[in-house]
Amino acid sequence: MTPLLSVTNMTHYFGGLRAVHNYNLTIEPRQIFGLIGPNGAGKTTIFNLITGVYTPSEGEILLENKPIKGLETNEIAAMGLGRTFQNLALWRHMNVVDHIRMAHYSQLNYGLFGAFFNTRACRDQENRVMENTCRLMELFDITQYTDHLVTNLPYGAQRRVEMARAIATRPKILFLDEPTAGMTPDELVKMIQIIRQVHRDFNVAIFLIEHRMKFVMELCERIQTLVFGEVIAEGPPDEIQNNPQVIEAYLGKEDMT
Amino acid sequence: MGIVNKFRHMFSTVPALGWLLGMLTAVLIEYFWGYDYISYHLGLPKIPVLFGALVVLKQPLMIPAVVAYDLIVYVIPVLVVARLTTPLTNPGAALLEKLPLWLSALLHLIFLYAVLHLWAGINDYRVLVVKLTLISIILTVSINVINGYQGEFSCSHPGFMALGAYVSSILTLVLFTNDKIFGTALMPPYLAPYLFPLVLVAGGAAAAIGSLAVAIPSFRTRGDYLAIISLAFMFIVKSAVENLNIIGGARGMGGQPDLASLPVIFVWTMLCIWIIHNFVTSIMGKALNTVRDDEAAAESMTIKTRKTKMTAFMFGAFWAGIAGGLFAHVLTYINPDMFSINRLAEILAMVYFGGLNSIVGSIVGAVTINVLGEALRPLELFKWIIIPLILIFVMIFRPYGLISFTEINTQKLLEAKNKSQQGVSP
Repeated sequence: MTPLLSVTNMTHYFGGLRAVHNYNLTIEPRQIFGLIGPNGAGKTTIFNLITGVYTPSEGEILLENKPIKGLETNEIAAMGLGRTFQNLALWRHMNVVDHIRMAHYSQLNYGLFGAFFNTRACRDQENRVMENTCRLMELFDITQYTDHLVTNLPYGAQRRVEMARAIATRPKILFLDEPTAGMTPDELVKMIQIIRQVHRDFNVAIFLIEHRMKFVMELCERIQTLVFGEVIAEGPPDEIQNNPQVIEAYLGKEDMT
Repeated sequence: MGIVNKFRHMFSTVPALGWLLGMLTAVLIEYFWGYDYISYHLGLPKIPVLFGALVVLKQPLMIPAVVAYDLIVYVIPVLVVARLTTPLTNPGAALLEKLPLWLSALLHLIFLYAVLHLWAGINDYRVLVVKLTLISIILTVSINVINGYQGEFSCSHPGFMALGAYVSSILTLVLFTNDKIFGTALMPPYLAPYLFPLVLVAGGAAAAIGSLAVAIPSFRTRGDYLAIISLAFMFIVKSAVENLNIIGGARGMGGQPDLASLPVIFVWTMLCIWIIHNFVTSIMGKALNTVRDDEAAAESMTIKTRKTKMTAFMFGAFWAGIAGGLFAHVLTYINPDMFSINRLAEILAMVYFGGLNSIVGSIVGAVTINVLGEALRPLELFKWIIIPLILIFVMIFRPYGLISFTEINTQKLLEAKNKSQQGVSP
């Protein structure tokens, strides 16, 4: 079976600073993969490199065996790579239903002419999008906010909107950048349920950055630990949990004993 | 506030059709009795052209007479007829609701045009004001696509307008008139009204192509920097025209055939509003909003941000070009000074006064600033103190403009109002 996403020998420099060095990654379909590491290790940079925000200086990135290095972010996204952001990136003047509608952009083909004259093709496609949008809003429990501006929503609901929006692009793999940052314990439990549900219902692989160890250990099938742009350990959760190098990177050397 | 609410409640049952009927009555009263009877007995020298604003400012003693005229001819007939005919107009509106929405909207528009035509037809000056106001609506709605929906600060609208005006003027001069510079007409002049739409579209297309000079830099930069680039574009167009002697240079260019009659301009304005409304409510058009609010997120949600930006600029510029073409054929004379910083100030005032991200807002802004500008004309220099002051107050109390982030809901606008009597809709 070919891997869904494979990254080989990816290196990236910001000017003279080497942010990521010789990074390798293989994610199988439907796998939940975790990326952990201290602040400034380069986790979000790796997300941005794979999603096409930056183009890596060296290396190869394949999504379902098609090279995606150097493509524009929207092209990569349309090929099946959805993502959420570390600090919510919602459109602040738009309401919830429009957020999810907009994520269907690449699934439309009525063209500008159709949009100008509101042709039948345009109306049909927009109606189909609307149906799907309603279904997604129900699934993510945000139906009660349909017409609200996103900025007026509670934090947890904003996270759910972002997740629903990412799912609406029909991803094959979903990148979650700290999905539980700033959440209350209640919201955290709900988030775990949602991620499980998304994984089950939408047939996606998930690649997530996370700081809460409990959360990562509970969800992920495989985990990578990143320190200063280099992977120091990779393996299943229990192995990572007991790896001395990981413990050192997170907690510092055990001087006391 | 109690009185206002009571008043609103009283008229909440009047459908759009009722208001149109009221306006028709008012206009008919003015048409038949305005000059001979009402203004004569009130001691006015002639019919007050713009609701008497000009007379009031020139001769303050006339204020009571003008107020009386406005009350007798406009306010009272509109209110009374609109309220009293609800038993008739509501079933009428309900009947129209059974038709397809576009047909019902078309019938309302024809009615509106009839009223407008009658009102403007009383006086030549009114015709000019109405024409220029309609053109301003096209300009404002189209700049809203760029500055409101797409959230850039583009200052190049007069430049786009100039491109449209000059290209369409050259075409009509070459094709349909015997001109000193461009020689004899290539086509018989009777074809001109039929080919005029094509000429306008050519002007719009020229503006759209010109807009690429601003659209392409917008891929990399936005905010203040793009504002400067777009401002530079406007001045480039202006000085280019000034230095091209073949099209008149700074002296300007005249002799265009008078093709932009009131119905032509009205149809183009409605077409513009309809198409832009369709666009900005579709997913393709909402993409502009996503680029404005968060470009990185838009990219990650598969939205082609470059294409979106380019569309916004070219589309907005196209309509500015159309407006320019109509403008040139209304005045039948253009010069580069018409498309300079003053015009820019006017357009920006209209769009920011009316409201960003809203077609209704743009219409309100364009009509208000235009009519106000005409009405305050006798004040000369003070006009440019009063209008900016109003703008400042709007900006303080409503930072996004008078009516922002609202779209037209045609169905709700035209429906019969008798069934929803329980509450006053906001």
